[in-house]
Amino acid sequence: MPTSQATQTEARRLRDLFAARGALVIKADVLQSAGTLLDLYGEDIRARSYVTSDPLRGEMVLRPDFTVPVVQMHMDAHAEPARYTYSGKVFRKQETDEARANEYVQVGYEVFDGQNPAAADAEVFAAVAQGLEGLPLRAATGDIGVLMDAVRGLQTTDDRKAALLRHIWRPARFRALLKRFGSDQVPPARAALLAAEDPFVEAGPEIGLRTREEVTARIDALRADADAAPISGEEIALIDAILNLRETSTNVLSHLRDIAVDMPAIGGAVGRLDARLGALADRAVDVDALPFEGSYGRTSLEYYDGFVFGFYASDRPDLPPVATGGRYDALTARLGQGRVVPAVGGVIRPDLALELT
Amino acid sequence: MLKLGVPSKGRLMEKTFDWFGSRGISLRKSGSDREYAGAVDGIDGVELVLLSAGEIPRELASGTIHLGVTGSDLVREKLANWDARVAELAPMGFGGADLIIAVPKFWVDVHTLDDLDAAAAAFRRRHGFRLRIATKYHRLVRDFLREHGVADYQLVDSQGATEGTVKNETAEAIADITSTGETLRANGLKILDDGLIHASQATLFRGRRLNWTDEQRQTLKTLQAVLGI
Repeated sequence: MPTSQATQTEARRLRDLFAARGALVIKADVLQSAGTLLDLYGEDIRARSYVTSDPLRGEMVLRPDFTVPVVQMHMDAHAEPARYTYSGKVFRKQETDEARANEYVQVGYEVFDGQNPAAADAEVFAAVAQGLEGLPLRAATGDIGVLMDAVRGLQTTDDRKAALLRHIWRPARFRALLKRFGSDQVPPARAALLAAEDPFVEAGPEIGLRTREEVTARIDALRADADAAPISGEEIALIDAILNLRETSTNVLSHLRDIAVDMPAIGGAVGRLDARLGALADRAVDVDALPFEGSYGRTSLEYYDGFVFGFYASDRPDLPPVATGGRYDALTARLGQGRVVPAVGGVIRPDLALELT
Repeated sequence: MLKLGVPSKGRLMEKTFDWFGSRGISLRKSGSDREYAGAVDGIDGVELVLLSAGEIPRELASGTIHLGVTGSDLVREKLANWDARVAELAPMGFGGADLIIAVPKFWVDVHTLDDLDAAAAAFRRRHGFRLRIATKYHRLVRDFLREHGVADYQLVDSQGATEGTVKNETAEAIADITSTGETLRANGLKILDDGLIHASQATLFRGRRLNWTDEQRQTLKTLQAVLGI
């Protein structure tokens, strides 16, 4: 559907607003190489975006967002700190709700600045909030970093921590893993495998790329896992307490300080939250009223790994979020092959903002 | 006229004819054996349309045909949000086959989706690409694996001889239809304990009734009464 004149005008207004904050106006190709996105997000990207094939360039995708091209552009340019803004259409398949738009404009503000992450988080949140000023919206915030640090601090093996960290963004599998790691029961099929003198009896021919050595390596890992002590009920309760947090930011901070007494590993993340709330207050955000959810941001695409936020229409639960954003240091690490560039950004949908005026 | 789409050849067609025949409605191909025209006896107002089983879901969704017989797997695979677009009138008790995930039997460490997920993570670290699952049921497999939180895999398209892809090293695992599992075993594969994605069978579907005439609605009622469904 062509973008309405009003949406274009609103998009321009927002982009100018971000540019006035010192952001460089940039553009990105509509057609992106699918390889990078598929590598980052896996098959889910095929369900969410339009993947097509080009006879010379291989698989291409209609950009589902600007994050990846903006990060790539930034990594090539090397100039830091940097602030960018853009305005353009993104394309998303809608498999369940025909009423939802499959192409719409996003206006974004992205900050690559490692000097003061708390200030950068607050800057992006404040910029997006300013763009939406006066609209009947409620904000939602969270912090994936708290949960990640809590997992890293568990009294358990590195393999178990890695497995849990890998599934932070898949709540059902995360829950199943936590349950298994918290039990000293070994599933029967696995117990039989570990007890077998020669596990490869009746195994059949070795076929495929996964070698016998890889199978053996996993059996060794399973054996080590079976010997590991279960994660304690107290620690699982602390993880649950973090996931179930749902209060104002100020109250959450005080709860997290209590949790940090029993789980010192989250001390750093709690300190970062404290610094962020201070930076938000400096920008006149009422943090005593700002909601915080311990699970917020876990069902979005991977790689948000710190502060996460969204703005939702208060009286229109049918609408998608009008704005979303967050910190994605993990994404820059992945695209930069080890080089991490601290990055935080947010996007506004001008079409939805206009529906609320 | 109420258009009824039925698979145009093979056992699925014959079994469908038998199913309707034993319930008092005779379906048959008219004219020569090569023609895809049909005739219906035992009820008025129903027209037989012979189509490839794979096209029936799309034709039902678009309203070109009003009723259709096809595999429940095909409807779920080919139609996003299938249950909002067509309705199941009757499972027909034949054409049964399971869509399953299978891995090499020699992966003695892998019995469940949980194992598959862990193996996929290790495989990706070691080989530098995501573990490949060969299938032609992209939507069903992707939705199933997402629901169960399996990561680090990719789907590669395989429209036939899928069981051979592992041996040929174009995939590490497969997701395919099987009725007895014999072809899987012959190719050194085993089914995951919790790897059943969908138990499929031939099913009579109806499309959305948005633009149906009163006469078409009445014909469906009569048909359902005759068929006892």
